[in-house]
Amino acid sequence: MAKILVVTSGKGGVGKTTTSAAIGTGLALRGHKTVIVDFDVGLRNLDLIMGCERRVVYDFVNVINGEATLTQALIKDKRLENLYVLAASQTRDKDALTLEGVGKVMDELRESFEYIVCDSPAGIEKGAHLAMYFADEAIVVTNPEVSSVRDSDRMLGLLASKSRRAEQGEEPIKEHLLLTRYNPERVSKGEMLGVEDVEEILAIRLLGVIPESQAVLKASNQGVPVILDEQSDAGQAYSDAVDRLLGKELPHRFLDVQKKGLLQRLFGGRE
Amino acid sequence: MSQADLLDQAPVFQLKGSMLAITVLELTHNDLARLDAQLLAKVAEAPNFFSNIPLVLALDKLPEDCGELDLAELQAVCKRHGLCIMAIRTEREEHIARARELDLAVLPPSGARERLIEPAESAEARRKAEKPREPEVRPTKVVTTPVRGGMQVYAEGGDLVVLASVSAGAELLADGNIHVYGPMRGRALAGVKRNAKARIFCQRLGAELLSIAGKYKVAEDLRRDPAWGDAVHVSLSGDVLKITRL
Repeated sequence: MAKILVVTSGKGGVGKTTTSAAIGTGLALRGHKTVIVDFDVGLRNLDLIMGCERRVVYDFVNVINGEATLTQALIKDKRLENLYVLAASQTRDKDALTLEGVGKVMDELRESFEYIVCDSPAGIEKGAHLAMYFADEAIVVTNPEVSSVRDSDRMLGLLASKSRRAEQGEEPIKEHLLLTRYNPERVSKGEMLGVEDVEEILAIRLLGVIPESQAVLKASNQGVPVILDEQSDAGQAYSDAVDRLLGKELPHRFLDVQKKGLLQRLFGGRE
Repeated sequence: MSQADLLDQAPVFQLKGSMLAITVLELTHNDLARLDAQLLAKVAEAPNFFSNIPLVLALDKLPEDCGELDLAELQAVCKRHGLCIMAIRTEREEHIARARELDLAVLPPSGARERLIEPAESAEARRKAEKPREPEVRPTKVVTTPVRGGMQVYAEGGDLVVLASVSAGAELLADGNIHVYGPMRGRALAGVKRNAKARIFCQRLGAELLSIAGKYKVAEDLRRDPAWGDAVHVSLSGDVLKITRL
């Protein structure tokens, strides 16, 4: 039975597209047939992060309007054979999405994929609402920062009340917290909210903590999902997160300040 | 009687047509033993109603093959329970004959509309009508999942109990009291229909705003209270919110 995961946050710029790309790739790496769908109509980014922007012919809105079939619109990833991308339209806006249209595409995707990762746009309007409406599980991406936490809280409320599962009285959406851009040094200095603080305010289960990393910018500019950069801390943290999503129990890494030795401080530079 | 009266031509009586509301006991089965038992139960429900009540015994609903009806025994059974049969209602010859023997009047089956009576103690009914209608109280609304920012929960006509956290940006409203058994970071407005007796109870005071019957305090003022962050109980004293540690 296919699972629909939505990666959402409320706040913009916290790492939803980075996370969608990383988690989608991670699931495909572990053998599951996965498709990542970009719901940010008009401001599409997923194709850039996935490195397939030069192969986009048809998009999500074309499929909804019947101008193309799903098979024509789906872009196969060059690196992994289990991974597909459905890009959003760049020329239109969110009004082009309809509930029935999205529902039909989801049903069609459910027939051939194990995991459908929905990359939600920022905000709580139509685009974000449609992205989370059909979800079975939600990954709420939050920065350890007050406005992000407040917006994530609002999004959690909407997941519990405005999703299809909520409206039809089914089992509620399973919520996961993904803390991104975490900097343990700033947390110890008291400048940044810690994991415990965020967990206390949001009260949902922690999927993972992704440290602030230069690898993320490098990866997105290269069009390679950061999880494929196995040497980087962010890549490893995402890999752990995918394992936890699939049910494995793993301790959280990258939470503590890395003590640098003298040599590292002299020659190492910032990681 | 004086001679004067006898000679007087003034009428001694008058015949008047009257509409009387009367209770009809409709017999559906010719089973006196069961009738006895059932009457006992029914009379026990409202003894004053049934005490010496005049009844018309309707026999027209009995089935054709009900067998011989012992009208005398039937009357005795009724009398035992305080029911005075004053007439029977029937079309059947044998019933009419029996009624004549017992000096009971006979009424033809009427087409008048009849309604089912649920006898209630009339005195009690009068007392109930005199008592003023009490305001409708709804059961307490209990919320067990976290109340997230942007959500609004209104407990109309009653109290509200929240057994989880209340996030900043969430609103709790109630006509009665509000209890929050979890960290309280949102807004609580109790006694919204001007009920100054409403109270707010928090396990951990961190609210953005507290209000009782329209009188409020914002976090800015609440923070200065020494009980900030503790388990408190908030009530309205005069025009000011009073915060007491629990």
